[in-house]
Amino acid sequence: MARLNPYALKDHLRESLLFNRHLLVAMVVGGILLLVLIGKLAILQIVQHDQYTTRSEKNRIRVQPIAPTRGLIYDRNGVLLAQNVPSFRLELVPERIEDLEQTLTTLESLVSLTEEDIARFRKSITEAKAFAHVALRFRLTEEEVARVAVNRHRLPGVFIAADLARHYPLGEFAAHAVGYVGQISLEELQDLDTTDYAGTHHIGKVGIEKFYENLLHGEPGSQKVETNAQSRVLRVLDRTLPVPGATLILNLDIQLQQIAAQEFGDNNGALVALDPRNGAVLALVSMPGYDPNLFVNGLDSKTYRQLSGSPERPLFNRALQGQYAPGSTVKPFIGLAGLELGTVNGQQELKCPGWYMLEGDDRRYRDWKKIGHGEVDLAQAIVESCDVYFWDLSFTLGIDNLHSYLSEFGFGRKTGIDLVGEMAGLLPSREWKRRARHLPWFPGETLNTGIGQGFTQATALQLAAATVGISERGKRFQPLMVRAVQEPGDSAQFEISPVTQTPVPIRDPQNWDYIIHAMENVVHSLRGTARRLSENLPYRIAGKTGTAQVFGIKQDEEYDEEKIAKRLRDHALFIAFAPADNPQIVVAAIVENGGHGGSVAAPIVRKIMDAYLLRTKPDGA
Amino acid sequence: MAPDTLGFAENTRLTSGRKLLQRLHIDITLLGGLLVLASLGLFILYSAAEQDQDVVTRQLIRLTLGFVVLFVLAQFPPRVLRRWSPWLYALGLSLLIAVLLLGVVGKGAQRWLDLGLFRFQPSEIMKLAVPMMIAWYFTEAPLPPRSKHLTIASALILVPTLLIAKQPDLGTSLLIASSGFFVLWLAGMSGRLLVGLLVLISAAAPFVWSYLLHEYQQQRILTFLNPEIDPQGAGYHIMQSTIAIGSGGPYGKGWLNGTQSHLDFLPERSTDFIFAVFSEEFGFLGNLLLLAVYIFIITRGAVIAAQAQDTFSRLLAGSLTLTFFVYLFVNIGMVIGLLPVVGLPLPLVSYGGTSLVTLMAAFGMLMSIQTHRKLIAT
Repeated sequence: MARLNPYALKDHLRESLLFNRHLLVAMVVGGILLLVLIGKLAILQIVQHDQYTTRSEKNRIRVQPIAPTRGLIYDRNGVLLAQNVPSFRLELVPERIEDLEQTLTTLESLVSLTEEDIARFRKSITEAKAFAHVALRFRLTEEEVARVAVNRHRLPGVFIAADLARHYPLGEFAAHAVGYVGQISLEELQDLDTTDYAGTHHIGKVGIEKFYENLLHGEPGSQKVETNAQSRVLRVLDRTLPVPGATLILNLDIQLQQIAAQEFGDNNGALVALDPRNGAVLALVSMPGYDPNLFVNGLDSKTYRQLSGSPERPLFNRALQGQYAPGSTVKPFIGLAGLELGTVNGQQELKCPGWYMLEGDDRRYRDWKKIGHGEVDLAQAIVESCDVYFWDLSFTLGIDNLHSYLSEFGFGRKTGIDLVGEMAGLLPSREWKRRARHLPWFPGETLNTGIGQGFTQATALQLAAATVGISERGKRFQPLMVRAVQEPGDSAQFEISPVTQTPVPIRDPQNWDYIIHAMENVVHSLRGTARRLSENLPYRIAGKTGTAQVFGIKQDEEYDEEKIAKRLRDHALFIAFAPADNPQIVVAAIVENGGHGGSVAAPIVRKIMDAYLLRTKPDGA
Repeated sequence: MAPDTLGFAENTRLTSGRKLLQRLHIDITLLGGLLVLASLGLFILYSAAEQDQDVVTRQLIRLTLGFVVLFVLAQFPPRVLRRWSPWLYALGLSLLIAVLLLGVVGKGAQRWLDLGLFRFQPSEIMKLAVPMMIAWYFTEAPLPPRSKHLTIASALILVPTLLIAKQPDLGTSLLIASSGFFVLWLAGMSGRLLVGLLVLISAAAPFVWSYLLHEYQQQRILTFLNPEIDPQGAGYHIMQSTIAIGSGGPYGKGWLNGTQSHLDFLPERSTDFIFAVFSEEFGFLGNLLLLAVYIFIITRGAVIAAQAQDTFSRLLAGSLTLTFFVYLFVNIGMVIGLLPVVGLPLPLVSYGGTSLVTLMAAFGMLMSIQTHRKLIAT
């Protein structure tokens, strides 16, 4: 194309008009597009403003839970059993630390750090945000806290955080009664109201701590915080304080617990002491105990294996869950059944040759006393614990009467104590046998039931509760661990009133006197099986010894001759109440492999009773 | 304002101040609009940059540099600019090819030439060179253009556009294509042809999608169509910026009080998404004010184009003004979720270097066109 003078050959007017028209079109199109922008802005900022405000608030405002302080637990005399103590942990904030390795080396010289601590820390630091507080060590000692504090100037980004940790000052003495808290497990989390537990890491696992979780936990508070896009908290906008959990005052007398633990010594077993007037649980002991503080911050697997794998089974609550054959301790109850149903009267005597035979059966049932007890009436049969008498009596009564009468005292049923995991024991019946064993009832089994052997099983708690039925002449109470509840900010205590249970029906109230008198003679007569207790006894005890054959618990993995020999020994039992004429305490004790009830279990019971009844003096036990 | 047919008469009535400005080749109306916009920009940048005065100072320095460039360019009469056009275009094209061959990769794209002292983005030259070149081309050809001329002009537009799209820099290639297209349109391309072209483009879209767009660009468009598909990734930008704008409401949260921006929810808040910061803090009313300033500048640009006395000046002024509008529309459209995310700044407000200087250069040319008019109509 030849270069032409642009101004010469063009129609400038036409060109200009065309340009202006097209410019106008472009401007109009632009104007329309601009209106679209303004329209969209109006929709966002005016029509949908509220919706976007909500979303922007949701972006920046987080609600953080504030965990409530857990309620305290006291014994009946105001001794602190469970408290919250400050627990210090060492935290590092990655973004404020220039040289992490240097910081770790410095810290190692100040506090003890295991390889596990450091490994866990390194793992969590890779997942944490730069401004997050990452824990390096838990439960610093006060000395360690002080050492870190003094060196703070050379430890930028290192912090000591305090929170409250559950602590049981009396450790194992109340472990089986109070229980413990532990870290919330995944399964527990599924059943929890997550808003209530959002800031809480621990929950009651067993004992009072579990049963009264709702009262002890309290209500969480919350704070509204402003965060940025990286979730860093910039400021607190609003705060609702948490309501601490309620304080529980137990019926438990920690001194009795301690004495029982001391008296059991190396023996395993269980002891339950009740106040017969209201069902208050004065002592609930399972031996051996364990240190509940171990569980609070999670125990390492080695310790846990030691505890759970131990043949002594320290974690097993024998008082609630240990089901033992009650042995001869059932005799007063069966004797009462005999009197009530008119099967026997108090004076009628029976000759005990030391053995018993059922008609049409050539098996000889042998009394524990081979030479026999001679002529015995019911009272004497209780005092001497004559098996033959009770074989005869129970055979005459029959299993149906035995079952229904023992049921009246709560055998075979949970007592309803305010603890979790109680076992019901077993009171056999024809119906039970048919259902559980698909077999009819055999007469020989009635004999076993009559002396508390065979299928019959009871817990120490059940025995104690049943004994209250005798001491209170038919009145029965649900055992209660908690005496009073004190709500936070309220100085008044809310006393928990006793819960009565269906009383034992009685035809002739004199039958109570007869049985109680017989039980007194177990201790206070020359031929009583617990006669040794009466030495220097300033009050009167009514009791009954028992000896349970061992065939239930097969837990020995190791073949230690001595241990096995001991394991095969009978369990010793003793139930008792005192003072006999005005009962204030009922105790049931089971000493595993203790041999005879009178010689092993009864002295422990007496110590408990002495401590409880003679306490006016300054304690010298 | 009517075309200046009475230039001579008017000239005799010029005040001394106006005379001075005329001699300095400054269009006070346009300059006023630019100054107001730049000040607004600094204001909101101060907030978006967390009250970092260094950022504001740096932006101020750039703006000053930009105004110097504007002032210098305004001194060259349009015929000089016209003479430069083919050379500038040739230079830009060769640099684009150089970038393709030995450019520096930054932020996942190859856009920069490392000149030792500083990095330079040749596509910036093309923002000016393409409209200049097409305008130059049409001053040689009779108008309205015949299809042959349109074809050649289209090729002149398409080559740099594709080169830049390949870098990849979708935003800039879009701007350059539009700046060229605007010259075609203003030169008198028929409306029927335009419709035909649009049909052609939509027909070519699937091809462009699968062969020309990078995966991240495809992703951006998909995310634009449905931001919720990727709320933590690409959709995050759009979601957070619409939340910022929507929560600003009619009157805004107040200067320095935008929670979305100051709490880090808003990404790229001092650069491409600065409009969201402005919207959050100044609300719908503030947006109207900001848009009014832009409309004022664009209108002035259109007036300058309409008053221009030769084809080159007219076409160039019109194209630059309309491209400025595209800039604005694409940025705001993207921030409020009307358009896919393409990396274009909010002109004269976003924090950033070269594009600001290029823009100022464009306004310098507008001023040159306005202030070098012959006093007697030809």
